[in-house]
Formats: sequence, structure tokens, C-alpha cells
Amino acid sequence: MSGGATMSGLDFTAAGAALKSSGRNLANFVGGLAILLAFWWLGAYLLASNPQTASFSTFGPIPTFQAFPELWANGKIQSAVMTSGYRLGLGLLIAIAIGIPVGILVGRSKRFRELSNSPFQFLRMISPLSWTPVALFVFATWNQSIIFLIAVASVWPVIYATSAGLAKVDPAWFKVARNLGATPWQMLTKIIMPAITFDVLTGIRLALGVAWVVIIPAEFLGVTTGLGYTIQDARETLSYNNLTAMVLTIGIMGYILDSLCVFLIKRYSWQRGAG
Amino acid sequence: MSIRGVNIHIDQLKHRYSAKSPLTFDGVSLQSPPGEVLAIIGRSGCGKSTLLHILAGLLQASGGTVRLDEEVVQKPSPHWVMMFQAPHLYPWMKVAQNVGTGLRFAGWKEARIRERVEEAIRLVDLEAHADNNVQDLSGGQQQRVALARSLVMEPELLLLDEPFSALDAFTRSALQRDVRSIAKRLGFNVVIVTHDIDEAVIMADRAVIMAGSPGRIMTELEVDLPDPRERHDPAVQAMRTRLMDAFQDAAQGKSGPKGNEAAQEAIAANEPQAAGQHG
Ligand SMILES: Nc1ncnc2c1ncn2[C@@H]1O[C@H](COP(=O)(O)OP(=O)(O)OP(=O)(O)O)[C@@H](O)[C@H]1O
Ligand SMILES: [Mg+2]
Repeated sequence: MSGGATMSGLDFTAAGAALKSSGRNLANFVGGLAILLAFWWLGAYLLASNPQTASFSTFGPIPTFQAFPELWANGKIQSAVMTSGYRLGLGLLIAIAIGIPVGILVGRSKRFRELSNSPFQFLRMISPLSWTPVALFVFATWNQSIIFLIAVASVWPVIYATSAGLAKVDPAWFKVARNLGATPWQMLTKIIMPAITFDVLTGIRLALGVAWVVIIPAEFLGVTTGLGYTIQDARETLSYNNLTAMVLTIGIMGYILDSLCVFLIKRYSWQRGAG
Repeated sequence: MSIRGVNIHIDQLKHRYSAKSPLTFDGVSLQSPPGEVLAIIGRSGCGKSTLLHILAGLLQASGGTVRLDEEVVQKPSPHWVMMFQAPHLYPWMKVAQNVGTGLRFAGWKEARIRERVEEAIRLVDLEAHADNNVQDLSGGQQQRVALARSLVMEPELLLLDEPFSALDAFTRSALQRDVRSIAKRLGFNVVIVTHDIDEAVIMADRAVIMAGSPGRIMTELEVDLPDPRERHDPAVQAMRTRLMDAFQDAAQGKSGPKGNEAAQEAIAANEPQAAGQHG
């Protein structure tokens, strides 16, 4: 009887603590955004109060929010998000499809690791956008070139996270699997892949951040669609509230995609205290 | 589950890790009849783990052969399974999934896997933990999972490399008794490597002592004690003393290598150097 009471007492405390911590998370979320909004508003106020910069005052939060309904109604936001999202997704997919196998090779083969080390370090340090002329030369369209630039920029975090994850794997796991009759393919799919899921997803999260940074300037050039182009367009037509509305959209999209990665990391990794 | 044992034939086995390194062991010959629990005792570094890895097919010997009945051991197989000093469980799998790993590798249907896994888990008394996360288990429970993961393959030969040395004394002696009783009930062979004399006395039907550098089998002893074996039983105590004496004689090179008188002097001559190496 008293044991049962203690148990439910414990449960109650645990539930209370969980509730308290999620309430605190929400408060942090709202409070943090409020502070950001305050700074934004202050900046716009300073612009507006100076006669020399008053024409830029539509950068402020209120004109920006006012721009959203129209941008949404004429489909500009949706089409820009869809187009950029497509380029980003495809570029990332290519980076992942190349990055994971190469990362596994780097992590598993000493010879490949030693041989690839200097060329990889060298290539990695080349700013992604400086590949633009090469991309234009090789690919027929700007669209393909942008996807290439995204892939080039985001393949490195995937490669390095994968190989680092593999380096941490307990070698005994391979021995046990071999001992239980694993074929090389089973070793890859049943042992290696699950063992490094956390690291691979973390690498993809980093890659997403890089890709998101690269896609905007890449879309400044050549194309007439996407978030980067829309910003460029808004700047040239001096519709600054549209510009900030698109910047805000970029921020929101990035935040959502990053949260998705964090969710996947929490959902699919076995590491304790992950995410 | 009922498993038949095998005749183990180890013939003139020798091993060196590379052309430059010294022989790890040399001229090791052993036989073990079906269902026997054989203990290999020896000091650290005499090549016990190496020998076991070769028996498991995880390592190629430099010379000699290992046969189980008529089958030559060259690679891992579900018929001979090794269990290591640490459990090495897969943390992304639940207990039951860990136990079923080998069957899944072998391409069994899920329904049959479930049945067999359940049986293996019952064998090691972990029914209450089948759906648990392995990271939530104690060290002893984790080692039981590893044992179930080996037993589920219904191996004819179970190879144990100091499997309980990381456990507390209480858990260790419980597991020693359990493994022996399971082996006796199901009828498979066990080869257990240990430097714990007590472990050999509690678990084995026969103990062989390895010593020297390169390692050789110096002597062997029947452990003919009735089951269940209790540590404080005078007969068990007496066997322990006999085994300890034999071990010390072997370590000092008093008893020669089995069936190889000529090598005895070489071993004796090597001994001070070897003793120095191992501190
Ligand atoms: N992978 C390896 N490469 C080269 N030498 C090795 C390797 N593994 C073990 N050795 C050497 O072989 C010898 C025997 O090692 P082994 O692990 O078989 O000894 P052991 O009897 O199991 O010792 P312990 O009781 O400490 O586990 C040692 O001298 C060791 O240094
Ligand atoms: Mg060893």
C-alpha cells in the first residue's frame, strides 16, 4: 500500500518536472523571439527617425508583416519556397548519396583515408560559390549549376560526420557480427548504418545549414525564380518590406528544416542524451 | 532445444601474428569428446584468446588444423559461436532483437526467430526484460543477453573467453553454474578460457594448463566432481588445490609440455625471460 503511494508520488513528481521543463522551453522560445523582434523594431525606428535613411523604414516589422498577405496571395512566397526547396532538396540528396559512402570508405579503409586526406582538405577549403564558373561551364542550365553548388558545399559535413561516426564505433561490434555469421552487406546495413545514424544525421543537419547559406547567393545569379532571386528582385524594385518578408521567410524555413533534423536525430539515434 | 555436441580435434596448432613477431603458441594438440566442458587455464599473454579466436574461425592459424567432427574450422559459423569478455550488445536494439541478431543474419522468418528467441531468453532467465533497452541492464544481465545471443544459434560448440571476469563475484558464480547446467542439459561442447582456477573447478569436466612463451599445453587434469558443485564442498576445495599446484608447476616449468619431452628443456631455458616479460 505504502509502496504504491510512493510509486504514484514519484510518478507525479516526474510528470510535474516534465511539465515544468516544457513550460520553461515555451517561455524561452517566446521570450527569445520577442527580444529579437524588439531589436528589429528598434532598428527600424532608428532608420525612420533619421531623415537620411527614412526611405528604408519599410524594413521594420510592421510593413514587413503587412507585405505577407499580398506576397502569399500572388503566390510569390509559395513558388519561391517550392523552387528553392526543390534545389536545396536535390542538392542535399546528391551530397548525402555521395557523402555517406565516401565517409564510410574514409572511416573503414586506412589506405583511402590517407590517400584522400590532402585532396579533400584542399577541396573543402574552396569557397563553394567560387565553383560557379566551373558549374556554368559543365552544366547546361543555371538551375543545374545551383544544385551542383549546393551539393559541393554540403557534401563535406556529411563525409566528415560519417567517417567520424565510424571511427567511434566499437570494433568488437564487427567481430561479434562476423562471429554470428554476418555477410559484408549485412555488416553494412544491420551494424554500420544503425551504429552511425546519429553522426550521419548530425552531419546532414550541418550540411543543411551550409546549403541554406549557399542557395541564397547562388540564386542571385542567372535564375528568375527562388528565394534568392525574389530578394534580389525586391531590392531592385525598392520594395524593402517585400525584401524583409522574404528574409523572414528564409529564416522561418531554415528554422523548420533544422527542427525537422533535430526531431529525426532524437527519433532515430540510440545515443543517450542525444539531440 | 537439444543440441548434440562434437568431437573436437586440434592438431599441432601454431600461430604467429606476423612474420616478425614471435610464435604465440606452438604444437598445441587437444581432443575433446561431445558434450565436454573444457577449461583452458594460463597466465596472461600465453595465447589463450588467440587460440579461441582460431577455434571460432575468426583468425587463421599459421599451422595445424582444427576439426569439429569432420568439418575443418576456417571461418565463423553458427555451429561454433564465441562469447567475449564484454557483452558487446548493440545499443540500438532491444534485448530480444539483440538475441535474434544471428538468426536474422541467417535469413530466418520473423515468426520462427521470435519463437527461438523467446526460448533462449527463458534459458537465461531474462523473460521480464525481453523488451528492455540493453543500456538499462546491469552488467550481469547484459552478459546473460550475450549468452542468449550465442545459445540461440544452437551451437555445437560454445567458446567462452573469460566471459565473467568483469562481473561481481556473486553474479559471476551464478552465471558459472547456469552456463554449466545449460550446457549439460542441452549437450553442446564448451571451451572456456580463464585465469580463474575457481571458475575451472566449478565449470569444467577437464582443465588443461597452458604456459610458456611460445605457449604450450603443459598438463591436464580431470575435474570429476558431481553436480551441483559448491565452492565450500571439501571435494571441490581439494580439486582446487590440485589444480593450483599443477598450475604452479607448469608456470615454473616443472611439468613438461604434454607429449613433447624435447621441448621441455627449451621451455625451461626460456622461462626466466618469459617471466620477466610478463612481470
Ligand atoms: N592482434 C594482435 N597482433 C599482434 N600480437 C597480438 C595480437 N593479439 C595478441 N597478440 C600477442 O599474442 C600474445 C597472446 O595474446 P592473447 O591475447 O592470446 O593472450 P591471452 O592468453 O588471452 O592473455 P590474457 O589472459 O591477458 O587475455 C600476446 O603476447 C599478445 O601481445
Ligand atoms: Mg585473453
